[in-house]
Amino acid sequence: MKVSSRFLHFAAAVSLALAFNTAHAKPPTAEVNTTGLAVTDDTVTVGQLHSATGTMAISETGSIQAEQLAIDQINAAGGVLGRQIKVIQEDGASDWPTFAEKAKKLLVSDKVGTVFGCWTSASRKAVLPVFEKENGMLYYPTFYEGLEQSPNVIYTGQEATQQIIAGLDWIAKEKKAKTFYLIGSDYIWPRTSNKIARKHIENVLKGKVVGEEYYALGHTQFGSLINKIKLKKPDVIYAAVVGGSNVSFYKQLKAAGITSEKQTLLTISVTEDEVLGIGGENLVGFYSSMKYFQSLDNPANKAFVAAFKEKYGADSVIGDVTQAAYLGPWLWKKAVEKANSFDIDKIRAASPGIEMDNAPEGYVKVHENHHLWSKLRIGQWQTDGQAKVLYESELIEPDPFPEGYQ
Amino acid sequence: MFEGYTAEELQSIFIMQGFSGLSLFSVLLLMGLGLALIFGQMGVINMAHGEFMALGAYTVFLCSNLTHKYAPAFGPYYFICAIIFAFFICALVGALVEWLMIRHLYHRPLDTLLATWGLSLILQQGYRSIFGAREVTPTLPDWLMGSYTLKEGLDIPINGVFVLGLSIIVTAALMLFMYRSKFGLRLRATVQNRKMSGAVGIHTQQVDRLAFAIGCGIAGIAGAAFTTIGSTGPDSGSRYIVDAFLVVVGGGTASLLGCIASAFGIAQAQSVLEFFLDGTKGKVATLLVIVIALMIRPQGLFPSKVRGN
Amino acid sequence: MQTLFRSLFKSRAEAIAFGIFILFIFVIFPLTMPIFRLNLVGKYLTYGFVGVGLVLLWGRCGVLSLGQGVFFGLGGYCMAMFLKLEASDPVTTAIQSTPGIPDFMDWNQLTELPWFWEPFKSLPFTIFAIFIVPGIIAFFIGWALFRRRVGGVYFSIITQAIALIFSLGIDGNQGYTGGRNGITDLRTLLGWDIRSDNAQFILYFVSATLLVLVAFSAKYIINTRLGRVLVAIRDREDRVRFSGYDVAMVRSFIFAFAAMVSGLGGAMFVLQVGFMSPSIVGIVPSIEMVIFTAVGGRLSVLGAIVGCLLVNYGKTTFSEDFPNLWLYLMGGTFIAVVMFFPNGLAGLADKIPMLKPYASKWLNRNKQEPAKAPNTPSSNPVSDEP
Repeated sequence: MKVSSRFLHFAAAVSLALAFNTAHAKPPTAEVNTTGLAVTDDTVTVGQLHSATGTMAISETGSIQAEQLAIDQINAAGGVLGRQIKVIQEDGASDWPTFAEKAKKLLVSDKVGTVFGCWTSASRKAVLPVFEKENGMLYYPTFYEGLEQSPNVIYTGQEATQQIIAGLDWIAKEKKAKTFYLIGSDYIWPRTSNKIARKHIENVLKGKVVGEEYYALGHTQFGSLINKIKLKKPDVIYAAVVGGSNVSFYKQLKAAGITSEKQTLLTISVTEDEVLGIGGENLVGFYSSMKYFQSLDNPANKAFVAAFKEKYGADSVIGDVTQAAYLGPWLWKKAVEKANSFDIDKIRAASPGIEMDNAPEGYVKVHENHHLWSKLRIGQWQTDGQAKVLYESELIEPDPFPEGYQ
Repeated sequence: MFEGYTAEELQSIFIMQGFSGLSLFSVLLLMGLGLALIFGQMGVINMAHGEFMALGAYTVFLCSNLTHKYAPAFGPYYFICAIIFAFFICALVGALVEWLMIRHLYHRPLDTLLATWGLSLILQQGYRSIFGAREVTPTLPDWLMGSYTLKEGLDIPINGVFVLGLSIIVTAALMLFMYRSKFGLRLRATVQNRKMSGAVGIHTQQVDRLAFAIGCGIAGIAGAAFTTIGSTGPDSGSRYIVDAFLVVVGGGTASLLGCIASAFGIAQAQSVLEFFLDGTKGKVATLLVIVIALMIRPQGLFPSKVRGN
Repeated sequence: MQTLFRSLFKSRAEAIAFGIFILFIFVIFPLTMPIFRLNLVGKYLTYGFVGVGLVLLWGRCGVLSLGQGVFFGLGGYCMAMFLKLEASDPVTTAIQSTPGIPDFMDWNQLTELPWFWEPFKSLPFTIFAIFIVPGIIAFFIGWALFRRRVGGVYFSIITQAIALIFSLGIDGNQGYTGGRNGITDLRTLLGWDIRSDNAQFILYFVSATLLVLVAFSAKYIINTRLGRVLVAIRDREDRVRFSGYDVAMVRSFIFAFAAMVSGLGGAMFVLQVGFMSPSIVGIVPSIEMVIFTAVGGRLSVLGAIVGCLLVNYGKTTFSEDFPNLWLYLMGGTFIAVVMFFPNGLAGLADKIPMLKPYASKWLNRNKQEPAKAPNTPSSNPVSDEP
């Protein structure tokens, strides 16, 4: 197991960390830990559960890095309740039974105070029963399909409606779009997202869905799909393709002459991380709807980006999920301090209403339903792989079980 | 699904659909050729074939980085050189693998499957350690990306044309090599009767090594070419491996002609099925068609009369 | 008793090795391990079911199936469907638009239970299906292929394609199968909470007992005339055919037997892990199960089980400590086993007396070493070999 307790000394990190930190006297361990978690007088142990190997390592690497950065910054600023955070990192190896196994190990053997982890819906579904049975707490960073509200999870990414509805409204208004072609990888998140999108297009925007298709994860040949798109001539292609398929999809779109000059494309699955593999030149002019883009212009984000690049190299990029993962440790710290305890039940009770004014994405607040209030932003991709933010919505209330969209 | 379109639009769609079938054919063929040589001729089940393709793709990535750093003016042309590099690097690694591993296993074909699976794990993790877990993208020359507009609504992808052209060149070269060169003669002799070939003075070990190296080299070319249409990541190769094997098995393993025919058949089936069914269903239907075809005609399309060994 | 013993074991050493194995899984592990680790061992043992099937099919009969994950999955899905229906009673699912159906169906706008789910409300039918569904499917696939004398590499590739079709089919029919997330959040078996420590302890013993029974029946088959025919088919298929045996039938039967055993393993997997997903049935897990078997020894029933335990134990411990190194090590082990010890650990164990024929008496006592060693978590399997 990897125990990381390094201190960071560079200015950006410290200044950011100081901004978050409020001075606390150190309360005795017996008082703050009544359930036998791995908390000593000087340290608190937390778990980190992502895929460092296997097919999902592509996506989860950013989250691992962001969580470690946040933890380092918290430690540099004095830790949580006067205790330094120690991390036990486990590898889910892109395999769902392994995720369940490691989650159990972290909660049962290591008695960690909380876990930051998971990326795919499947891995979250696999560990959820473990967290509920052993009463652990999971900070889950990915934007996901909703339809879930566990007392043992804090969802720091967007649920589906937060990512979809305002984006569709914007594109319908800006581009006078009436017809949509929905495309996704074949699993629950794209299917649920497109279900919500379809309801919104048909019932609210009074538009038309001219096609809806799903391709297996890892599919690489989109020739036939592209021809069908050409046949239907939709105003907007609405894409939720993920992983390696993404790269093939956009390269082949461009090669078939479907570029932003002729075609509007809005995607909910491309962040700066994906652009790294796709290549900015293959995406130029297409839109993504996300809550965070690396190019956001505010001081907190600038400090975050600087600290991230300092630690992981100037070439590294930060996508939506990476930023959401960065929030996890900070929100946990705030909850612990509000509860003045590491006990899971007390953290759970303290979590709703926790606010952060200076998160990289701006103001966030934890809702009663354990999701975050967040804004939606539309970014337009540029050749350098960064997005130009064209639109920013009001704060959107999370609604994992949206009425009328079921 | 065709109501409400003009005859001209439909014509364009059908031409493009025909082309996408053709370009899928060229992709499958390029994947299958190297394997047809290794598996079909030598009986080695190389599960690491996909990883050799990834190695080719990473070679292009490295060349792209080096070119843009040291000789940006060369940018538009480096890709051709990168493909040639990819061939030689993969062939070299292939020869090394043959020497260390494969040559001890020729008499146990099923075991080559397991050993090369182990190799593929090591290579994948190696790529992950060296290049990072994330996907990378080589900067491709502009002339390669984009489309050629024949007329309004009829766009032919240039990278598709490129891959098609490349697969024709590689196939032709391999055919010439196999059937018109001294080495090809030796290789075919070795496949048909190893002992006899040895007895008449053919250095069969050398033949094996060269054949394996060339097969891996072709995988490298395929991987390099696929950077224009797909992703480059540690596990990119694993996406192609099943398709590649089906092409080779469908073709009847021992003949390059069979490999071409089966790549064509599978590509057309998949292209048409994906057009009329959607996404995953199209792929499942394609695989079912292949499996059922193999159940009915297990020798493949062009079975060999003589078995190896 | 004596005859039963004879029909199971060829030598006393073999029986002793088996005895030691039984001692470990029934006494030593449960006494020394916390329930969380024991549950993990229980999970590894379920792969052992597949391993036993592969010993018969691959080691003895000479056909390598790369699609055993499919049968493991079929058994697992049968069990998971039953448990999911029990977990989806109208009261707990009251917030759904259609209460009383599994949650993922509700998310996919299904309004009633699909017809093929209906029978899985019954436990007897489910148990029946766990055996019969994989068995029948395997028999027909086997019959179609073996009758046309598809064997060797072709059979491997076709079964691999079937594994791909199966996992894609599950992915693509999310409303009926749970899709890529699989069937999750399984809670009770006839009202008995399978997630509790107590239940997991009992399920471990059920699983281990079933595995030992399966191993005995496999050994029984190996030591009967059928077992000898299998080896004959493996070594000289045409001669067996000329002698009047129906080779296709024998192979199909063994394929079906291996599939049924794998299905049972899948069902025990679901009970102990608490969910089922297509990631456990696809190409990669199918090959991995072959590799576990190869490491343990493709000819030896006990070897295969020990191989499953050992490789998975290594996977768990090494991946906790060195996640990146683990894949190199695993890849290297496979290559080394295939190249240098084609019969795996069990093959090494058999070699011991040949290496030192003069110390036979002393060695007979040590013969079971390698079988025991893999079960001892602290020992290194390689260093134990002479």
